[in-house]
Amino acid sequence: MKTCKEVHRLVIEGQDRKLPLMERIAVRVHLMMCGACRRFEAQMQFLREAVRRLPGR
Amino acid sequence: MTEAEFQAELNRLRPTLMRFAVLQLRDEQSAEDAVQDTLLAALEGRERFSGRSQLKTWVVSILRNKIVDRIRQRSREAPLPEVSDNEAEDFDGLFEPDGHWADKPADWGDPAKSFEQGRFFEVLELCMKALPENLSRVFLMREVLEMETEEICKELAMSSSNCWVVLYRARMRLRECLQLKWFAQGVGSE
Repeated sequence: MKTCKEVHRLVIEGQDRKLPLMERIAVRVHLMMCGACRRFEAQMQFLREAVRRLPGR
Repeated sequence: MTEAEFQAELNRLRPTLMRFAVLQLRDEQSAEDAVQDTLLAALEGRERFSGRSQLKTWVVSILRNKIVDRIRQRSREAPLPEVSDNEAEDFDGLFEPDGHWADKPADWGDPAKSFEQGRFFEVLELCMKALPENLSRVFLMREVLEMETEEICKELAMSSSNCWVVLYRARMRLRECLQLKWFAQGVGSE
């Protein structure tokens, strides 16, 4: 079982490289059970979306 | 659209282009040059603009390329100092020794609510400008110029692991900054 600390790192790395299948699964499983990490993942997606909107506005 | 109308349209886009270029290049003069090149290229390439896409989208895509060219050139002339791997550890304080969150991430709510407010993007730009140059350059290549991480590492002659560390730090700092300067002000979520 991965810790939140490991998972937050993998959530970020997952935005920059394709994680190996086993890691992707471990992250998914953790996120299913952990609201704090789900919020962290949502924050990271929010950030990406926000930055990509910068040029067009 | 007549030639004159086309030019007028381009001129109207100039402030937007400038702001975008300054953010990425962090220097008025090179931003000015990049925008100038872009407007020139747009005028010369007018036939290639089909009118199918928005003019702004088309011109911004030209500007992206001009910015990438300049970043490439800069990286050849003045490589950025490596970020040491252990510097990535300064976010350790967010976690308990057992790996649980010490400081649980807040709910940022519906992103669309923030995006509707112009002020949000001002805060975001502020946060991006506050990043150290070596973090910001890699982050912008990744997120604004939408380059693949591999490509960026190669371009900047960095190891892949160093690239990931830099991107990690940039994202964590921006998160921290948005939390502090936007969400903690109670403007984002509710």
